[in-house]
Amino acid sequence: MGRRDAAVTNATRAQRVDGAGRLLRSLAVGIPLVFLIVVFLYPLASILITGLSGDARPLAAFGDVFAKPSLRGVAWFTLWQAIASTLLTLVLAMPAAYVFARYEFPGRSLLRAAVTIPFVLPTLVVGSAFLAVLGPNGALGIDLSSTIWAILLAHVFYNYAVIVRTVGGLWANLDPRLEEAARILGAGRWTAFRTITLPLLRPAIAAASSIVFLFTFTSFGVILVLGNLEFRTIEVEIWRQTMSFLNLPVAAALSVLQLVAVSLILLAYSRYQERRALEQSLAPASSTSRKPQNAREWWVVGGTLSFTAIFLGTPLAILAERSLRFGGEWSLAAYTSLGDGADSPLFVPATRAIGNSLGFALAAMAIALVVGILASTVIAYKRGAVSTWFDLLLMLPLGTSAVTIGFGFLVAFDSPIDLRTSPILIPLAHSLIAIPFVVRTVVPVMRTIRSRLREAARVLGASPLRAWREVDLPLIARSGLVAAGFAFAISLGEFGATAFLVRPDRPTLPVAIFRLLGRPGELNFGRAMALSTILMVLTAVSIMAIERFRVGDTGEF
Amino acid sequence: MRVIAICLAFGLLTASCGTADEAPPSPDTLTLVTHQSFAVSEGTIELFEAQHDITVEILRSDDAGAMVNQAILTKGNPLGDVIFGIDNTFLSRALDAGILEAYESPGLAAVPDDLKLDPEHRATPIDFGDVCVNYDRSVINDGEAPKSLLELAGEPARGMLVVENPATSSPGLAFLLATIAEFGEDGEYTWKDYWADLRDNDVVVTAGWDDAYYGRFSGGAGQGDRPLVVSYASSPPAEVIFSETPLDEAPTGIMEAGCFRQIEFAGVLAGADAPELAAEFIDFMLGVEFQEDIPLNMFVFPANAEARLPEAFVEYTKIPDTLATISPDVIDANRQRWIEEWDAVMLP
Repeated sequence: MGRRDAAVTNATRAQRVDGAGRLLRSLAVGIPLVFLIVVFLYPLASILITGLSGDARPLAAFGDVFAKPSLRGVAWFTLWQAIASTLLTLVLAMPAAYVFARYEFPGRSLLRAAVTIPFVLPTLVVGSAFLAVLGPNGALGIDLSSTIWAILLAHVFYNYAVIVRTVGGLWANLDPRLEEAARILGAGRWTAFRTITLPLLRPAIAAASSIVFLFTFTSFGVILVLGNLEFRTIEVEIWRQTMSFLNLPVAAALSVLQLVAVSLILLAYSRYQERRALEQSLAPASSTSRKPQNAREWWVVGGTLSFTAIFLGTPLAILAERSLRFGGEWSLAAYTSLGDGADSPLFVPATRAIGNSLGFALAAMAIALVVGILASTVIAYKRGAVSTWFDLLLMLPLGTSAVTIGFGFLVAFDSPIDLRTSPILIPLAHSLIAIPFVVRTVVPVMRTIRSRLREAARVLGASPLRAWREVDLPLIARSGLVAAGFAFAISLGEFGATAFLVRPDRPTLPVAIFRLLGRPGELNFGRAMALSTILMVLTAVSIMAIERFRVGDTGEF
Repeated sequence: MRVIAICLAFGLLTASCGTADEAPPSPDTLTLVTHQSFAVSEGTIELFEAQHDITVEILRSDDAGAMVNQAILTKGNPLGDVIFGIDNTFLSRALDAGILEAYESPGLAAVPDDLKLDPEHRATPIDFGDVCVNYDRSVINDGEAPKSLLELAGEPARGMLVVENPATSSPGLAFLLATIAEFGEDGEYTWKDYWADLRDNDVVVTAGWDDAYYGRFSGGAGQGDRPLVVSYASSPPAEVIFSETPLDEAPTGIMEAGCFRQIEFAGVLAGADAPELAAEFIDFMLGVEFQEDIPLNMFVFPANAEARLPEAFVEYTKIPDTLATISPDVIDANRQRWIEEWDAVMLP
């Protein structure tokens, strides 16, 4: 074979490989897009159109929303409590972010995993535990129930991990020498922090704050249990208008309002990120943290960790304690009775709920991973508008009320195949919530992969596909495992979206807990607490398992 | 386009388009649409399955309100054949929306007339339960327990009562309706005045029944400090049955005045695939076997007067003699206004 022939063969091979690359690229855009259109946008549009066309004057519902003082009050409350919750979370969680980033101490990775548990627990379980701390007989001694403080503190409890993980993640990679240099040049501790560290941390603070703001803006379970309708967010009002009054026009108008608000928040955030994206020379986390060296540092570490442990640990400990008490004594009766079927109001033994939950969580994890990783490649490798809009679109389900999605499925999926009561809707709904977390875990890792590394591989003769497989894939696979664990844990604890689906008789753990809590009798209460504790342990195990696979400290969660 | 999009998406996700699970139910299946609280002993539904050589599939909504709303949204192409659990507070909404087909079950002969709220027999009463104030017998002696709604607003009951929000809780709504029935909308002392007095008497309002009963109530399994709670007349026997060590007497009692009756109905869904089977399932639900299974599973009373009650139900609770009643159409017409007015009184 002559030299010329070889060149021709190479060219055709390259063409074929380019073709495969193009196919891969269009699949990466196509699959997440079709998924979102079918599973999110189409049902959402269906229910909104049903709602808004229910009124004779199509846009009158919006007028009603703005005209009613009570609904204006709801909108105002939603906004200010979200701002207050976000600020309070930042203030209370920043010390922990600092300590986890800068100091080495025994049990650090275990503790950092533990901090994440509240984030994925179902609100209805934590709500009652929170009442046990802040209520009239509470461990705290002051009755904060039905005050705004109970809501704000519960929001901090849930979102503590977002700040610790996101801000702490970047903090761990900041080169401490910058701040040290400022100190040597005579700046005080506070000045050095304010002028050097804080500006460098700003992208992470903005990212974390926007997430916390999004969650608290659309808060539902916490507000319902602790706010008792005295305080109502837009999300709670959508639920109330839909469920109690079947007032679909007003519910649809409120849903649109919430979607617009959430989109604006997300857009503002991404604009900010673009403007602020400054190249930083990051240091590996292992080189920036050290053991506390003097008494002051030990006090800082010890004090912060004690606060974290008491603040996050008390409600969780109360749940576990309650599951172990029966008739005023320590007992395992609640656990041993979980397998009983005949006298259980669950209709199925509670143990089967654990199996159901694990099954749905695996399915949700698989869907979230496939869609999330494909979407991540689009967001990470394409710059500009496509990336921004894709990211925004994927985040939107987090800003959509669960009852709207549930009713949307009902209206949209009647034909051609009747999927309205299919069990697949449960993992699909869960994956909608988990995908943004997958994306936020994987994208930062993808972006850190030096394009030069990939180019080097290609120069050495590797096809684009091969370069991707051998350079990117191993790194992405590890962050994918982290994302998988997160998606799994989110699905385990999900209750809101599940509750509004019409579903076959396969109760998940949170659903079973909810059913048991709806019954009088000490045994039922004990079983509910036992299942809550099991849920907590399963969550903790999946979160701790993923800590092992973390790629350095990159990833926003 | 829609077909293609859905097939594509689900084809990719499940590697199939229309598996056995998603196929339209064949006539050998009866689909029951119900809510979270529906429960029967193992083997009960199986009796019906064996009789008719079919499978009964159960679909669940979150609660009665969600279930009725979902049935209305799917009118004409219902999710199942038969629906169970529509209560009298949602009955009018369901009937007005036309989601039910008329069917007069022969079993109705054994049902007391005051439970039959739909003269056209689109909705068939299956069970009833009374929402009553419960008291903690370790704090309040039987002789000293409040005997009327008015006493709950009096000084001796100050700081003792916990109720549920009527917008989020079905016993909460039932209790609000009981007070509206008792005090009325007009006159010198209306239901709003009564609630203002309750508020001034330091009543606690919770979002759900579980927060009230387990979180704030002190009796039974409750972890709270308040000895009076809005719950069910069947809660005392439940406390006896679901206790680890056998109890000789119930730890809680009920106030027999100011109770509101919730009646649960079943009906054949309009447009059902198997309307005949659905009708036969309603007969089955009214039959003695199913009816006698109801109390210990759903903690309500059977509608069929011929069904025998379990011992605990005879011993530890009563069916109140006097009941507050408001007709379903009045409830449905006024629900939103009453709840909003209640909000205005309680959360000024």
